[in-house]
Amino acid sequence: MKVILSGNEAIARGAYEAGVTVATAYPGTPSTEILENISTYEGMYAAWSPNEKVALEVATGAAIGGARALAAMKHVGVNVAADPLFTASYTGVRGGLVIVTADDPEMHSSQNEQDNRNYAKFAKVPMLEPADSDEAKRFTRLAFELSERFDTPVFIRTTTRISHSKSIVELSEPQKGPVKPGIEKQPAKYVMLPANARRRHPIVEKRMKELEAFAEDFPENRMEIQDTSIGIITSGACYQYAKEAFPTYSFLKLGMVYPLPRKKIREFARQVKKLYAFEELDPFFEEQVRSLGIEITGKEVFPICGEFDPATAERGITGTREGTKQVEILPYLPPRPPTMCPGCPHRGIFYTLNKLNVFVAGDIGCYTLAFLPPLNAMDTCICMGASIGHAMGLDKALGQEALGRVVAVIGDSTFLHSGITGLLDVAYNRGACTIIILDNWTTAMTGRQDHPGTGVTLKGEGTSKVDYVTLAKSLGIRHVKKVNPFNLKTLNTVLRREVNRPEPSVVISDAPCVLYRRAAKGAEKPLLSVESSECIGCRACLKLGCPALEWRKSAPQEGGAKGKKKGEAFINPYLCVGCELCAQLCKKGVIRKKDVQ
Amino acid sequence: MSSSDRVSNILMVGVGGQGVLLASEVLSEVMMRAGFDVKKSEVHGMAQRGGSVSTHVRFGPKVYSPLIRKGDADILFSFELLETVRYLDFLKKDARMVVNNQKILPPSVTLGVDEYPEDMPGMLRQHYPACEIVDALDIARRAGNSRALNIAFLGALSKYFAVEENLWNEVITSMLPPKLVDVNVQAFLLGRGGQIG
Repeated sequence: MKVILSGNEAIARGAYEAGVTVATAYPGTPSTEILENISTYEGMYAAWSPNEKVALEVATGAAIGGARALAAMKHVGVNVAADPLFTASYTGVRGGLVIVTADDPEMHSSQNEQDNRNYAKFAKVPMLEPADSDEAKRFTRLAFELSERFDTPVFIRTTTRISHSKSIVELSEPQKGPVKPGIEKQPAKYVMLPANARRRHPIVEKRMKELEAFAEDFPENRMEIQDTSIGIITSGACYQYAKEAFPTYSFLKLGMVYPLPRKKIREFARQVKKLYAFEELDPFFEEQVRSLGIEITGKEVFPICGEFDPATAERGITGTREGTKQVEILPYLPPRPPTMCPGCPHRGIFYTLNKLNVFVAGDIGCYTLAFLPPLNAMDTCICMGASIGHAMGLDKALGQEALGRVVAVIGDSTFLHSGITGLLDVAYNRGACTIIILDNWTTAMTGRQDHPGTGVTLKGEGTSKVDYVTLAKSLGIRHVKKVNPFNLKTLNTVLRREVNRPEPSVVISDAPCVLYRRAAKGAEKPLLSVESSECIGCRACLKLGCPALEWRKSAPQEGGAKGKKKGEAFINPYLCVGCELCAQLCKKGVIRKKDVQ
Repeated sequence: MSSSDRVSNILMVGVGGQGVLLASEVLSEVMMRAGFDVKKSEVHGMAQRGGSVSTHVRFGPKVYSPLIRKGDADILFSFELLETVRYLDFLKKDARMVVNNQKILPPSVTLGVDEYPEDMPGMLRQHYPACEIVDALDIARRAGNSRALNIAFLGALSKYFAVEENLWNEVITSMLPPKLVDVNVQAFLLGRGGQIG
């Protein structure tokens, strides 16, 4: 049967067909849909872990027990999971263990564009890279076979363009893994004391040699010999771009991107006149091919930064690109960046922080958009959980000068992912820091996934729920305060007081994401509107940056004369959700509730 | 000449929340069932709503790249007037253009910093005489639900493909929640130029 699947849906299907019984992940674009789709199949434990390190540890434990297990994460998630990764490479597995890394060239939704093929080399773990959804499914199954055959974790690497593109997939029947799950003690293999680890390392090196030999005959490392004037070594989405641009040239299409088949590369190089490495991000193939003493062209003609497309291949190889014409019918096009939704509970917090003119150590989530005007209330954002450490560092470096001028903001899911240890440090080492936990009851940015603070699992079952107040207090924070982020007056009072407190403090903003369905039921509020004749055009409400609020210029004859207003605020009834923040800012009190219809 | 000569390139653009992605899923499914190789790729930024969204749909005997090259799109299917302009460099010389007559103000316009260009339909028609302007919101309302805007608009696009009406109806019926099927099928037919039956 043929269906259209995204790369992520296809990996989920592949896991199901491979008989995976344990699958874990922390949500992160572009990997999130893998676990969401796995959770729809029967007979598998599928769960959101608090972070990627835990996800990989749980999957590793399952594999040690003989089960086939998969952990999925975005590229930067592998940084979090790197600690267990590097040593799981030494211990090996019993049941198959597959780690999916979804890279994001172009940073469509990420803070960097690291090339995780480097992790395969660094951690000495083989890596497969599919070039469409059908391969994504097949390679997932293959990865489990390789994992068991070579006693190693195996990476599947996708990029955004593979994870989020759909193409046709041929479905197959599910099977069971060959290993029978059960307790089997092999402490010398799994206890990485130095003496044991020293014995395992040579095994890892031998395994990589065997994998390299395997790569030579691996049918997914495919030579397509046609016109031999140009040969292109490539993989993944890049293969499709180059094939689109130059369907008649010769290709070495690598399904396994680490370790590389050296003999096959030499053979391919011998058959073609000019050799190119066409790869997004780092010169990963290029450097390895050059180290074989083979002449190859790569990053001198193709960029290191950003995502490729077929035109990238054309520009690099022929130096031209036919047919692009720029039509300029408007001299300037207003940009359309993503924005916080109307009714977003973050808006009032950042409006207040802007007013307080503090340094905002930020974190990863929808609220990172507070960087944009008119809120302009974010000063750092580096990685998950970093906000708290940044605030602590500023406090310790600047002392009295930082008091009252620095806060950390962190979302609920991000806090549980990797903010707790930072908060523990603030408590333990007595940072005069204020940490604002933006609890919107969900992992909003990746599409509203549950987490340990929501009381619901990935499968939709009820479970325990973190109590942030108790948690913060038990870590040693004495001043913990919950606030309603839709009351600007209280927010201002509480935040001003806590920021100036020369002791650790936590403020929890407690209000659900406006897109959160469980909370939205029966919570519809009356919408607001501006009493046009009474609006003085002071623009105070516009400082919220709410998409429902529009500035409407007065017609020239009205606005020309002195004393007349230049324009007025208007509330778009299709966008307003009735959060009432703007009404609290209106100096004349002319933003009023409309009757519920 | 490249092998993509017989591949059709449809670029669908709009604003997050308008249902661009669902419309592109329906189109892709229809083309797969019509016997084509299909690839579909969406480009959307980090947030849930409000940002610029584009989806590339390509179908033909064999499709390699999931992305359309600039200068290669056969049809631009734009859900929002201003967004049309953002993607013009993707169009072939003789490309078709189907545009939904709807304005969604970007943040710099609501803040009063920029202005939304005036008479976009007129400007588009002046440069692209073959441009078809459709009032999809109005069609969706006539069908009974303004949120069926995307499927109503897809009806207008469907006229450009030699695919039987039944196949479209079949796919819409299979992809939408049961309680929304009727209104969306109606919206599709109205968008395609038919009458409510």
